[in-house]
Amino acid sequence: MTGMRLPSIAAAILVAALFSGCSKPSQPAAASVKSDNGRKAAPDFTLKDETGATVKLSDYRGKVVLLNFWATWCGPCKVEIPWFMDFEKSYKDRDFAVVGVSMDDDGWKSVTPYVKNRKINYRVVIGNDETAQLFGGVDSLPTTFVIDRAGRIAAHHFGLVSKSDYENEILSLLNAPKTDTRAAATEPAR
Amino acid sequence: MLSVAPPEKLIAKAGSTVQARLSVRIQSGYHANSNTPSDEYLIPMRLTWTSSPLETAEVVYPKPDMEKYSFSDKPLSVFTGNFELLTRFKVPPAAAPGQLVLAGKLRYQACNDRMCLAPKTVEVSLPVEVVK
Repeated sequence: MTGMRLPSIAAAILVAALFSGCSKPSQPAAASVKSDNGRKAAPDFTLKDETGATVKLSDYRGKVVLLNFWATWCGPCKVEIPWFMDFEKSYKDRDFAVVGVSMDDDGWKSVTPYVKNRKINYRVVIGNDETAQLFGGVDSLPTTFVIDRAGRIAAHHFGLVSKSDYENEILSLLNAPKTDTRAAATEPAR
Repeated sequence: MLSVAPPEKLIAKAGSTVQARLSVRIQSGYHANSNTPSDEYLIPMRLTWTSSPLETAEVVYPKPDMEKYSFSDKPLSVFTGNFELLTRFKVPPAAAPGQLVLAGKLRYQACNDRMCLAPKTVEVSLPVEVVK
């Protein structure tokens, strides 16, 4: 190779640089997840699921969580639920979970038949004003938070967004290197 | 989102049936479920009164719009824009003349094409003068 002229070497380097990206597996767009430094700790809550079991958000530390505030009377919420069921099915073995927080005033009376009718496959709890206030006030539905493995809010959405937006965010967090999830988070989000 | 204009004073003759009008306005871009929504899970609009000594005979809602939204498979029965709610009150023959105020509650739930707001109740005061 000592006989190669400099321009040929430069051309070879340029070609190598151009093609170097082709060998990497395609990564989903980072979408709108906040940078690591910009994520605040998701407030912890204690609510109950349909069986009466206590559910704490901190129980999910180490998993990526899609936390969805919704209600049976919310039309746009109904559009998203099948997407979330798909995500639960596709990614639960990769340390991912969906948690639905219903803001129905009459609680399980409305929610139980709704969950059964739509065969919702993820955990649903009944929320309250106190929980909503922890998250800065949930004034409209759906309101959705995507939480990283360290329990920090990586993205949040007010209203209906696209399935691909959510999926890109989830995959971005699932594919991120696992760090010590016991690391202290910054101040809780308000 | 939804506003109710202060109603005019109702002159209520003892022994008669009188009608009050409530003018309602919904902000552009939003809709509220009608009193007969298309789905059992949807929260209907309801106007109720604490009407003593008058008796609430009937609340008349306008004909709703059937509107199709991107988040719904079928058209929804909704109210939009400006509309009126009518209430018919029966005035007992023995009702004492004088001024009073009836308290009403208008319960509604509104959405736009991407999100829904929590159900709300607006309180309404209807001034009434009972006359012989």
